[in-house]
Amino acid sequence: MKNQNTRRDFIKTSALVTGGVLASPFVLPGAYAATENHLKLAVIGCGGRGTGAVFQALETGHPIKLVAMADAFRDRLDTSLKPMLDKYGTEKIDVPEERKFVGFDAYKHAIAEADVVILASPPGFRPSHFEEAVKQGKQIFMEKPVATDAAGIRKVLASAEEAKAKKLNVVVGLQRHYQNNYRETIKRIHDGAVGDIVGGQVYWNDGGVWVRERQPGQSEMEYQMRNWYYFNWLCGDHITEQHVHNIDIANWVKQSYPVKAEGTGGRAVRTGKDHGEIFDHHVLTFTYEDGSVIHSECRHFPGAANRVDESFQGTKGKVYLSAGNHGVLTDWKGNSIYTHDRENNPNPYQQEHDELWAAIVKGEYKFADAENAAKSTMTSIMGRYATYSGKVMTWDEALNGTVDLFPEELSWDALPKILPGDDGYYPHAVPGKTKVI
Amino acid sequence: MIKKTVFLLFFTLAARYWEDSNFEPYTQQIPGTEVQFDLVPIPEGSFLMGSDESPFEDEKPTHAVKIDAFWMGTHEITWDIFELFLDKNYELALTEEPISELVDGLTRPSIPYLDMTFGMGKEAKPAVGMTQYGAIQFCHWLYLKTGIFYRLPTEAEWEYAAKAGSETQYFYGDDPELLGEYAWTAENSPESTQKVGQKKPNPWGLYDIYGNVMEWTSDQYDPNFYQNSPKENPANPAEKLYPRVIRGGSFKHNSEEISSTKRYVSDPKWKQIDPQIPKSQWWFPEAPFLGLRVVRPLIPPSPEEIQAYYTQAPISDY
Repeated sequence: MKNQNTRRDFIKTSALVTGGVLASPFVLPGAYAATENHLKLAVIGCGGRGTGAVFQALETGHPIKLVAMADAFRDRLDTSLKPMLDKYGTEKIDVPEERKFVGFDAYKHAIAEADVVILASPPGFRPSHFEEAVKQGKQIFMEKPVATDAAGIRKVLASAEEAKAKKLNVVVGLQRHYQNNYRETIKRIHDGAVGDIVGGQVYWNDGGVWVRERQPGQSEMEYQMRNWYYFNWLCGDHITEQHVHNIDIANWVKQSYPVKAEGTGGRAVRTGKDHGEIFDHHVLTFTYEDGSVIHSECRHFPGAANRVDESFQGTKGKVYLSAGNHGVLTDWKGNSIYTHDRENNPNPYQQEHDELWAAIVKGEYKFADAENAAKSTMTSIMGRYATYSGKVMTWDEALNGTVDLFPEELSWDALPKILPGDDGYYPHAVPGKTKVI
Repeated sequence: MIKKTVFLLFFTLAARYWEDSNFEPYTQQIPGTEVQFDLVPIPEGSFLMGSDESPFEDEKPTHAVKIDAFWMGTHEITWDIFELFLDKNYELALTEEPISELVDGLTRPSIPYLDMTFGMGKEAKPAVGMTQYGAIQFCHWLYLKTGIFYRLPTEAEWEYAAKAGSETQYFYGDDPELLGEYAWTAENSPESTQKVGQKKPNPWGLYDIYGNVMEWTSDQYDPNFYQNSPKENPANPAEKLYPRVIRGGSFKHNSEEISSTKRYVSDPKWKQIDPQIPKSQWWFPEAPFLGLRVVRPLIPPSPEEIQAYYTQAPISDY
């Protein structure tokens, strides 16, 4: 696969399909138009985020019914269903026993029941879930990241093409694309407000996330599925699962994707048996085709300073952005060019659903987020390949990587490829030794 | 503000405690660590709660209230302490001796996916964004670590301590222009919290009692509560998730919005950007202006009452 990171290609694939509304052959399902008068929704992956996304869909106020749910675990599905029923009742939450699907292939059955699907399983499953949803011709909201290795990215890129051909709306939960401070500020950057962007720094440094302890009687597969954040085939490491948000902003600002990555990382403080194989810090430079460099830093160190934001330097001024509604452009003399008003901005998690569902209800084709999401996810994976191997990693090498992290077989008795040693600790990458592609 | 005319502070029983060497300022060490915080005694007494002169109806009527003695933290709880509670692995890393089984088994906050410091920093900065449940569980953790019953102040205790015998809008008088000497507000720190303890304290030794961050109380908010609230140790235990009482104002408030009597309330909007359902029982992702300060009653309640206080089940939020 060739690197096609030109400015022009980027624009074609960015979040909003440019040039306004495309003529769409997508016709609302007959059931919606004719008899039942509602759109059918299915959720795949019933954790807190999948459940939250269902709430946001229903909060759009459009005629929507949740008709099917799928999760690997029955208890997760039940936990998700309770607040939905409490809040929306059986009128909108129409999920009888026969449309509760559990297990590794549950997603196929749930997708088949719906017009629109929410894909919110752990990211390792996203490529196959997205592929299936596109194959079945559904409208899609899917969470980030969209894969955990290059093989998954290639699958998502292929399905993204198919989704475009079928004119299926695809919104990805890189919600900064639906957050006003990012939209307004980056629009001004692209209009030249601070000149050409020559460098930047993007961060997700904080204390880390949840850990789920091993329970008696769990098979290795079940344990990894429950404690999924710490296993690369499921999570992709925190550089992919979390820091993709900030890396994606660098790509958006640069309107392209880096051609190479080099960096360092390791396990400094999060080193327990419960902590699987992922690193707790990665520090990288990403170099873009024009020679500009983005510094990227992510770490999970409790007790250390936190920083989650994005800064850039242009030939005429500088940029500061954060999810806390910051959007500040300043020239090199310190004069303000633009300061986004931080008060009363819409909730981006709601906004992404408001915009997606408005398009679906009107029968419009407006959103093709999957390709950019795949390439930003790929950027983070390229970063992980660089920190794990200690080598300089080019985009083409990384995207064509053949190391497949996924288990040969998905079942509760099957063994994942990563297994703990006799001491209970998992092996992890060693820079200079580990083969990643 | 017109000075209130009749006001007496009764130190009748308090005198006994002053003589008792146990009712003195002290420093609470977090066992096994170098982390600590200070407390000062707040003597038993009576005061006039609320304000008839206030533009806010919920502060009326002014009414006499008797409060039992307690200690109060001199400062808002900082991230240096709160993060030990937040992350057991971090606590283990900083603690020299093994932690007890009870501390080990305590339910901890979900580690926030977002940066809950909001870029404002940690060292000596007030911990922010916790729910009332999270604030009480922090007290629970302190109790398991120290054996001492710490809790949130009631609204009445907070106001009594903030007033420190004063009858004016602020403990130092009525001039909002002077507030900057005592507090971080929207006028002198509109973007961020500041390190605790840099401004002048109130007469009882409480720093940042106004501004910097708002402080949790244990009470449910009821705008009519003062109209017939109990005359001794009034409390309105919270049963509904919203609204609950918060006091003191923050760096987001102008001096006119801050006083010893001003009652603020918790708002479900502070969780609107939590992308998960159920929403976190522990965190408000949009309340970087909300923190806590602990109290310790001089006479602790029974072990059963202590247990009941710490084990109130959280209310689901979605």
